[in-house]
Amino acid sequence: MSNFPFLSVLTVAPLVGALVVALLPRRSPDLAKLVAFAWSLLVLVLSVAMWIAFQVDGDRFQFRESYAWIPNWGVNFTFAADGIALVMLMLIAILVPLVILASWHDAESSKRSVPVYFALLLVLECTMIGVFAAADVFLFYVFFEVMLVPMYFLIGSYGGHQRQYAAVKFFLYSLVGGLFMLAAVIGLWVVGGKTFDWQALSQADLPTDTARWLFLGFFLAFAIKAPFFPFHTWLPDAGGAAPAGAAALLVGVLDKVGTFGILRYCLPLFPEASKWFAPWALALGLIGIIYAALLAVGQNDLKRLVSYTSIAHFGFIGVGIFAFTTQAGTGAVLYMLNHGLATGLLFLVVGMLIARRGSALISDFGGAGKLVPVLAGVLFFAGLASLALPGTAPFVSEFLVLIGTFTTNKPVAVIATLGIILAAAYVLWMVQRTTQGTLNPALTEVDGMRRDLSLREKVVVAPLIALIVLLGFYPKPVTDVINPAVRATMQDVGRTDPAPTVGSVQEAAK
Amino acid sequence: MTELKLPSIDYAALAPILIMLGAALFGVLVEAFVPRRLRNPVQLLLALAAVLAALTMVILNADDRLITAGHAIAVDGPTLFLQGAILILAAMALLLIGERAVERGGAFVAHAAVTAESVDDRRQAAGAGGTTEVYPLTTFAIGGMLIFVAANDLLTMFIALEVFSLPLYLLCALARRRRLLSQEAALKYFMLGAYASAFFLFGVALVYGFTAGVPDRAAGVDFATVHAAVGESSSSQVLLFAGMALLAIGLLFKAAAAPFHVWTPDVYQGAPTPVTGFMAACTKVAAFGALLRVFHVAFSGAAWDFTPVLGAVAVLTMLVGAVLAVTQTDIKRLLAYSSIANAGYLLVGVLAPSKDGLSGTMFYLVAYGFSVLAAFAVVTLVRDADGEATHLSRWAGLGRRSPFFAAIFTFILLAFAGIPLTSGFTSKFAIFAPALDANQAWLVIAGVLTSMVLAFPYLRVVVMMWLSEPGDATPTVTVPGALTSAALVIGVLATLVLGVAPAPLLDLATGAAEFVR
Repeated sequence: MSNFPFLSVLTVAPLVGALVVALLPRRSPDLAKLVAFAWSLLVLVLSVAMWIAFQVDGDRFQFRESYAWIPNWGVNFTFAADGIALVMLMLIAILVPLVILASWHDAESSKRSVPVYFALLLVLECTMIGVFAAADVFLFYVFFEVMLVPMYFLIGSYGGHQRQYAAVKFFLYSLVGGLFMLAAVIGLWVVGGKTFDWQALSQADLPTDTARWLFLGFFLAFAIKAPFFPFHTWLPDAGGAAPAGAAALLVGVLDKVGTFGILRYCLPLFPEASKWFAPWALALGLIGIIYAALLAVGQNDLKRLVSYTSIAHFGFIGVGIFAFTTQAGTGAVLYMLNHGLATGLLFLVVGMLIARRGSALISDFGGAGKLVPVLAGVLFFAGLASLALPGTAPFVSEFLVLIGTFTTNKPVAVIATLGIILAAAYVLWMVQRTTQGTLNPALTEVDGMRRDLSLREKVVVAPLIALIVLLGFYPKPVTDVINPAVRATMQDVGRTDPAPTVGSVQEAAK
Repeated sequence: MTELKLPSIDYAALAPILIMLGAALFGVLVEAFVPRRLRNPVQLLLALAAVLAALTMVILNADDRLITAGHAIAVDGPTLFLQGAILILAAMALLLIGERAVERGGAFVAHAAVTAESVDDRRQAAGAGGTTEVYPLTTFAIGGMLIFVAANDLLTMFIALEVFSLPLYLLCALARRRRLLSQEAALKYFMLGAYASAFFLFGVALVYGFTAGVPDRAAGVDFATVHAAVGESSSSQVLLFAGMALLAIGLLFKAAAAPFHVWTPDVYQGAPTPVTGFMAACTKVAAFGALLRVFHVAFSGAAWDFTPVLGAVAVLTMLVGAVLAVTQTDIKRLLAYSSIANAGYLLVGVLAPSKDGLSGTMFYLVAYGFSVLAAFAVVTLVRDADGEATHLSRWAGLGRRSPFFAAIFTFILLAFAGIPLTSGFTSKFAIFAPALDANQAWLVIAGVLTSMVLAFPYLRVVVMMWLSEPGDATPTVTVPGALTSAALVIGVLATLVLGVAPAPLLDLATGAAEFVR
């Protein structure tokens, strides 16, 4: 079974599905939805099979496939997945069917073609899988850039208020980062021996100065994508304007490409430069944690608020990566997964609220829990997961990041902890202003607010809630997969974990 | 007593050039003797047949590496590759020129002598048959371009320059509608082009003077002599530098590089759109073919001296093209500035003195030619009762009215922006990689930065077409005739195929990337 070409099939399958869906007649939107949903379930089944076939104690990279593409430049279709990529692929496979289900009626509110909306979602899935499955730098870059196109049209054609502005801003920001990366990719190709193969490049011996410049090129692209402070300003606009389903994929998966890229490309390919730039990256992460959290507290737009919380969370992930310990690294990767689940859930639930009320402003709500108690409950749960309450999955990852960081860099860990407090503030305050308190009389006049969660919506949120709780109590299956990959990455950087300092603990105990 | 020796002439190697020029002369006869209503199909078939015959000869000559006609013509890899490129792109342009279904009588004026804006002018604009002199003119221009990229001495190059420029000046003046704009464009192009030619000729003279100053060698303007003189000369190099600069001005003018670009937007806007496409694709190939030959063959010994200057020109060109493209409100002017910026990228390739640089530049020329012709083909289709609707505001909501053509145009714009899986990306890579390899990182960084700026105007058009609501002024897309459809399909397919599977063309370009001297 492990000889099955999982990764290429997984990449191509959604694209085929997208073509099928796009060619369905425009007048039968329900058929398009069903086909798209079934197709994404098929991809999910395949991903689960891949997860089972992945050998935890096997090679770092598995399912390797390679086909020649442009021999003149040494470009190959090379796919391979390590534990980190596997987790992200799984996240995509889980989120996409749920997003399709959650967006069942989203496209109808715009005057645009419904089948095209679902076809775009599947194209997006294809590029997202490709970007995580690629083991050829050129191929990675291709997916990294092409990914923009479906997302651009999802935001621009099906988004809400200010969608044009948000779509263009999103595209331009990403393109700017991508072009810097292109320069770095070409530079890497030139100094790395005219190959794009990840494994060959990670063995290459680069001059220190060149490596630092190349690191900057890659890092800039990833920092914009992630996004880290100060490259984050596109996300609240894009997240605020995108339809809820697309927004869930945007922050849930797309942005992870940035942090994944840092782990897969920046650290192993430019270890010296990574260490040299680490203090700066940590600083950006810390500023992001505090600054974005403060901005989130002040937001009156639900989707923008969730976008800002994501920026804060990406700060945590960045700190976890650049702390250079296995614990923090594992925490960061786990955070990428958990954030995808928790924020994905939050975005979907918020989307359901907004669809009912017809407004994204917190001030238009108030006491909504009295009208839609189940929805309010789910919102509360998603909020708690987002602020990393113990018992939910994000807690495990946040905790790992913090203790992993603490062993090497105490001040950073201490400052980052402040973020937890702020997280409680923005989540709880948001929940309180929307669902608690006295009922806003205007709400009762809105028809939608009298309908609580439908069966379809329950099916959307249930798996996410289950996973968040499950991974909150028993993250071992995931950490087992992540750990070897992170350890190997840290070895690439040349950092070993500090030995447990028993002595100092005893001294402290005195 | 010197014996007069006749140069040996390899007629097979010259066949593509001879076929095109012969067909052009024959076209003139057709004008004189064939009845008016038959002229258009006859001329079109004649021109296309000539292009196909010439292309066949280029393919048959594929292995030639020789210098013939008394050192005047070099038939080598780059010559054949670029001649093939010019012929294929010219065939597409001829399809656009021959289109009669989109507008009654075609895109060209019925009688060029009719005063613009007069009653007669309005009558001809309403649908009299277009002039058919455009075909011999185009064929002459193609023939000139074929000589231009093959010229092995500066005088031949100058003559070729004139042979392909003069018909182009005329072609620009032949638009059916907006005649004043068209005539202004032609006059502007002619005046500035004449200046540029004069610069070029003066440069030839100075270079001749320089070679004459080298002791123990015969003076001359063929590239082998110039190359040897550059390599050996211990005398003053003032003549060389001045000559090189003047030659460069002449060539950069044709290539539409800043600061010699000012004619481009006006001419692109005023010329009939099929001619604009022809210029954007074929003239660019010819101009850069000549630039490559002059700087890689004749002056390669002075690379240290011209690289910084040409590099500065490249950066300036990219900047001017990209920044000014942002402010444009007319699609043809926007494409003109985009073509200026692309000239800048191509210069980066010219400055990478390696086999990869040469093959990358040639690859870029072909890829860009296909995309830009397809782009102008779409422009000819978006029209209302008054002709083409080129103002950008008129394109608002086009995606709703005609999603198919809007999608095609979006794809081409994404290619111009360099998004992967389009030829725009692979060709940028093909140019930037050798430039970095040649330690020209600053040019690559400038290229990347201007690409970002340039993405904005392209994206604005995409936004216009898809995300804006159609207004009353939104024109419809005319159903294209078979000819335009063919050109469009070829252009779009080439843009896609060269983006997804560029290897065959890259192999071809790499195999051809060696000059003979």
